[in-house]
Amino acid sequence: MTYELETAIHPEKLRRVAIDPVSRVEGHGKVTILLDDKNQVHQVRLHIVEFRGFERFIQGRPYWEVPVMVQRLCGICPVSHHLAASKALDVMLGIKHLTPTAEKNRKLMHYGQMLQSHALHFFHLSSPDLLFGFDSEVAKRNIVGVAAAHPDIAKKGVLLRKYGQEVIRHTAGKRIHGTGAIPGGVNKSLSSAERATLLKDAYQMVSWAHDAVQIIKQLYTATPELYDVFGTFRSNYMSIVAPDGGLDFYHGALRARDADGKVIFDQIDYQGYNDLIEEEVRPWSYMKFPFLKQLGRENGWYKVGPLARVQNCDHIPTPLAEAERKEFVAYGKGQPIHATLAYHWARMIEMLFSAEMIKELLHDDDIEGSDLMTTGTRQPGVEAEGVGVIEAPRGTLFHHYRVGEDDLVTMANLIVSTTNNNQAMNTAVREVAKKYLNGKEITEGLLNHIEVAIRAYDPCLSCATHALGQMPLEIAIVDAEGTVIDEATRDHRGLTRPQ
Amino acid sequence: MAAAITTPKLKVATTSLAGCFGCHMSFLDIDERILQLVELVEFDRSPLTDIKHCGANGLCDLGIIEGGVCNAENVHVLREFRKNCKILVAMGACAVNGGLPAQRNHIDLRDILEEVYHTSPGLAQGSQIPNDPELPLPLNKVHPIHEVVKIDYFLPGCPPSGDAIWKFLTDLIAGRTPTLSHELMHYD
Repeated sequence: MTYELETAIHPEKLRRVAIDPVSRVEGHGKVTILLDDKNQVHQVRLHIVEFRGFERFIQGRPYWEVPVMVQRLCGICPVSHHLAASKALDVMLGIKHLTPTAEKNRKLMHYGQMLQSHALHFFHLSSPDLLFGFDSEVAKRNIVGVAAAHPDIAKKGVLLRKYGQEVIRHTAGKRIHGTGAIPGGVNKSLSSAERATLLKDAYQMVSWAHDAVQIIKQLYTATPELYDVFGTFRSNYMSIVAPDGGLDFYHGALRARDADGKVIFDQIDYQGYNDLIEEEVRPWSYMKFPFLKQLGRENGWYKVGPLARVQNCDHIPTPLAEAERKEFVAYGKGQPIHATLAYHWARMIEMLFSAEMIKELLHDDDIEGSDLMTTGTRQPGVEAEGVGVIEAPRGTLFHHYRVGEDDLVTMANLIVSTTNNNQAMNTAVREVAKKYLNGKEITEGLLNHIEVAIRAYDPCLSCATHALGQMPLEIAIVDAEGTVIDEATRDHRGLTRPQ
Repeated sequence: MAAAITTPKLKVATTSLAGCFGCHMSFLDIDERILQLVELVEFDRSPLTDIKHCGANGLCDLGIIEGGVCNAENVHVLREFRKNCKILVAMGACAVNGGLPAQRNHIDLRDILEEVYHTSPGLAQGSQIPNDPELPLPLNKVHPIHEVVKIDYFLPGCPPSGDAIWKFLTDLIAGRTPTLSHELMHYD
């Protein structure tokens, strides 16, 4: 399998430049670039250095622990994991429909999550690049700099995120790592007082989210020569859509389109995701590379997340966001938009949709209901199984569990949103390297161009990396008495462990 | 306006090791108080800035660590923070005691890697455990950070609430010994 700029033929003759860690993203990643003595780029890789093994260590745990355990995968979108796990376990328990109160409270929690995550990403993390320029001064290129130069924008961003977090707190009990959803329903509904508190600010949030769309639209359309071409490449794209083809983050069936926008498959029940998607492992990243089986490894990779969703759906079921979607689609003049920076525009349309959905759900009396739980007939057989899929802020998220007769988890498989974008992010940074870095002296500002492309995908890479230059070959942790308590070494074959 | 400020801003560095970023999110849950905070502190290396190394611009007053230690890189970053920060804080369950990622400690690392990258269903043909030298080596076990360097303060919670983080920071900035009241002290 060969992808342009993925693997240099003679890496030993090339100079290595690393961006380590990639900053202003959630979690940690590292980019390595190999250059020759004329600064021509020969290899670019986005490495995900995270390995935690959740899929393995939740085996043997009782299934009802899973929604609160797996949300600890990610503190930025814990609600997505919390709900995807709950949905998978609903299926495992044979539950077809939740009560209206349970379903609507889960949705409210999820749209709160979409609002806070999109606000965080745009205002706190990405806006410095877009407002100040990709090679602006490092000291200013952060939310503090935005607060100083554009206090109004920064304040709205902080308050939009706060509101989303408050929606989560009222539905899940806690802003981060709450407990609201349980297999079969929810453990609380909104009280009248909570509903009134949230309703008080709901209109203001819709209005500010609408302003945010105008900000990014203005930035984008003012400099199409940058936004249209920066990190742009063609690919398939995928998301779940509602039965009527509308945008829905909480539930739906799978739809994928090719680079021309032609439907590859549609309304496929995600319980059969295994028949559609396969994952490839490459030696240089802990993050897998998924692809659509029917198109094969080389042609089957795809984009997920805001840019995919806003163009994959047929309509958005709220008025303001739908008007913005139409304008966005019209900008493509009949062709799908594949510009990496268009993610920001699509993301703000989704934030507006989320704010409108929150307002709608808060007006629905079911949100205060007391009928919280449903029971079902558990699937017959030794092992019961369920798949839960949700559109998380960063894209389609898959959770798959098998549970034994003793209620303990026997198998778990997760395909997280950012994993679905792995090939797309790698392609984006290679496109940027080719266009902006080739043959130039590498400066901090040029390297930030690479990071700008990664940030557009809002990746969530939770875990750690660091160190410019030489990677360690050996590390030892020694306690106060000088006894080695852990160590890692590598021989020429890769990993080795001392006895 | 700046001329009126006589005390230099406290320099603060933060990082997330083997954590989920939830503690950093909780830090942002101080909400609009962040606009007050940036009048009092200046951020050095942090996921919120593009400064890649702590201490590059002189010693930091305060280093805040989220997450435990699960690989060689975590150890390097943690040691860099200890060396360049006057006060080092373990923020949240994973930094304090390893947290949820330490659930893997009772399983052999090689077995987990084999299962996730080699034997689990849905993998394309030829999948093997990633082993590129660019990937930091995982440790056999996930460790709390006090097993690697000396820690000055422990802030429990999964995550500690935004209010707890605010109280801790404002105490420290004012030169008081940080204390948390009963309702700010929790472990979930």
